[in-house]
Amino acid sequence: MGIHRGYQARPVEWVAEKFIFAVSLSAILMVLLIFLFVAREALPVFFGGTNTALIQPVIPTAEMDKHSPAELRRYLELTPGEFQKMDKETLKALMDVKIEALNEVPEQFRTDADAHINTTDWRYLVLPHQWTGYDKPEYIWQPVGQIKKFNIIPLFVGTLKVTMIGLLFAVPLAVGAAIYVSQLARPRVRELAKPVIEMLSGIPSVVTGFFALIVMASVLQGIFHYDTRLNAFVAGIALGIAVIPVIFSIAEDALTSVPRTYTQAALALGASRWQTAWQIVLPAALPGVFAATVLGFGRAIGETMIVLMVCSASVMSWSIFDSARSITTTIAAEMAEAVNGGPHYRILFMLGALLFAATFVSNMVGEVVIYRFKQKLEGKK
Amino acid sequence: MNTITPPEYLPEPAHATRRFRSEKFDFWSFCFSGLTGLATLFIVGILAVILLNILYNGWGGFSWHFVSTIPKKDFFDIKTTGVLPMIVGTAFRVIVMTIFVIPVGVITAIYLTEYAPNSSIITRIIRAAVNNLAGVPSIVFGLFGLGFFINFVGKNLDKLLLNTDAVWGQPALIWASLTLAVMTLPVVIVATEESLKAIPPGLREASLALGATKLETILRIVLPQALPGIMTGGILAVSRAAGEVAPILFTGVAYYMASLPSHLSDQFMDLGYHVFVLSTQSPNIEQTRSLLYATVMTLLLLTFALNLVAILIRARVRKKLRALG
Repeated sequence: MGIHRGYQARPVEWVAEKFIFAVSLSAILMVLLIFLFVAREALPVFFGGTNTALIQPVIPTAEMDKHSPAELRRYLELTPGEFQKMDKETLKALMDVKIEALNEVPEQFRTDADAHINTTDWRYLVLPHQWTGYDKPEYIWQPVGQIKKFNIIPLFVGTLKVTMIGLLFAVPLAVGAAIYVSQLARPRVRELAKPVIEMLSGIPSVVTGFFALIVMASVLQGIFHYDTRLNAFVAGIALGIAVIPVIFSIAEDALTSVPRTYTQAALALGASRWQTAWQIVLPAALPGVFAATVLGFGRAIGETMIVLMVCSASVMSWSIFDSARSITTTIAAEMAEAVNGGPHYRILFMLGALLFAATFVSNMVGEVVIYRFKQKLEGKK
Repeated sequence: MNTITPPEYLPEPAHATRRFRSEKFDFWSFCFSGLTGLATLFIVGILAVILLNILYNGWGGFSWHFVSTIPKKDFFDIKTTGVLPMIVGTAFRVIVMTIFVIPVGVITAIYLTEYAPNSSIITRIIRAAVNNLAGVPSIVFGLFGLGFFINFVGKNLDKLLLNTDAVWGQPALIWASLTLAVMTLPVVIVATEESLKAIPPGLREASLALGATKLETILRIVLPQALPGIMTGGILAVSRAAGEVAPILFTGVAYYMASLPSHLSDQFMDLGYHVFVLSTQSPNIEQTRSLLYATVMTLLLLTFALNLVAILIRARVRKKLRALG
């Protein structure tokens, strides 16, 4: 006899609990899958599996057996899975096609030094290179044409430029509003202002982008009198509008969670409202405000449609009144024309993986900072 | 007001009786409150300008004819164009998404609030994963949809079903919906969790004390109480997904379709993507301006109406939560 425990006592309960637990793991599974499958498509770039050199040493079909399978696979640009499935006849046919393609390279590239290099090599991805026709080494992203240039530095600069302008615009406004709403405003104003600002996050980014493109670009040009109507500055401000609600709600939450006793003590000692807010509450909530900024950065760096609509030319320039192309924009604009499985496709996935890593880190930092902050306020539980 | 009368022998300072610290005009206090107040006002102003601008310019081109017409190939012509296929496409993908995301999100939230041991490693990892999922850029979800759903699941499904043509291994409505479901999972989880926490523990204890099992308590007591919160989560997810364009770019959206989507493996037209197409590829931006504004207004009305409902329900849930302490 005895008392039954676990699944013997209540089998249905037991099964339900295990089921609920299993489903709740799906969030972890999804993060892993995202990482796995974005990285999977990008892996060949990391291990030199892509080759974009126009002119390569030709392997005659008859000499096929002299080369190792790994060499052949790389020569034919096949994935291991594809290579395994092919019999010898198919491989031979592919080799003929390859030779034909190599013979078809236009005459002008025969003497071009750039035609011999693999532009997906790390050297050409991150370092400046003096391309034929240029007088000094340059960073160029130009994935179309015979010689495809995949330097990712202009994209990084573009992303940083737009993100920084966005944050410089959004952080002071959002934090200021958070201080006002959480500390200084009358309850009635507060009840009204908070949901209204949160409503800003309900505007789809494509609508913000549209507004920046049609209205804001002209207005800002009228105020600042710069030459290019659509530039990184307009995109940055629009991006700022999109991240304001994110930064505001996290900062407001952090400021509100500072214990009432702090404020009351300060007021009782004779501090004015703003002294309390500025010298007591804000320093206490500083980690939370910092986390809000970091999370806002993560959101801004990943925003796609706004930058895509407002500016898209990839120029290597630090000037905020030049155009800029961010990483997200590049992926969105070029994926459709990239050949599935080709070097361009792989590099776009690599950019996606880098972006994922960057936001992953900024999210983690933000979360950890907020977690510690809350622990500290609760007296290190 | 109680004021302390100063002793006779001290000379009385001017206005001494009225000078409380907080009432005195303080320059810095004024500046500080003014600046932060202005920041708040500025943000509210931006929102108002965007909304009013779109409503003012969009009203002219908006009509029943506009929302109920299937456009011909050239959708830049104001007289014959319409947005019916885009509305249907957006609604279709969002509904399919909801079917997937609500059960998974709600069950995860139930685990986190009702079952999970609070300090265990696995709970913290789940929470970290949910937070991370919320921060993944939308374009990365698009890449994920392409790399996982289309190139992996879809292609293998085609092989399994012995399809000679790509049926599932190409951009399709179901893949766009699933991608969006992954993206909006955190929204549903967080909203549901919030509403579950707002239910007084006494209710659960009473139910358990009367002999109900944990599962019965959850199904009969907790979930019905949490329904508004779950609805909020669903609505917020829908409104977020309806406006997102980046994740569907490579997973199912089409530039033009002659007919409405009818099958899960169809491609579809989408309202947000249509806004993007109209505003970046218009042959003459001045002529198509009213058309563009009307389309944006349709999208905005759709997402905003949903958002407003969600915010109202959420405010009620929060009030309840605050009352509990």
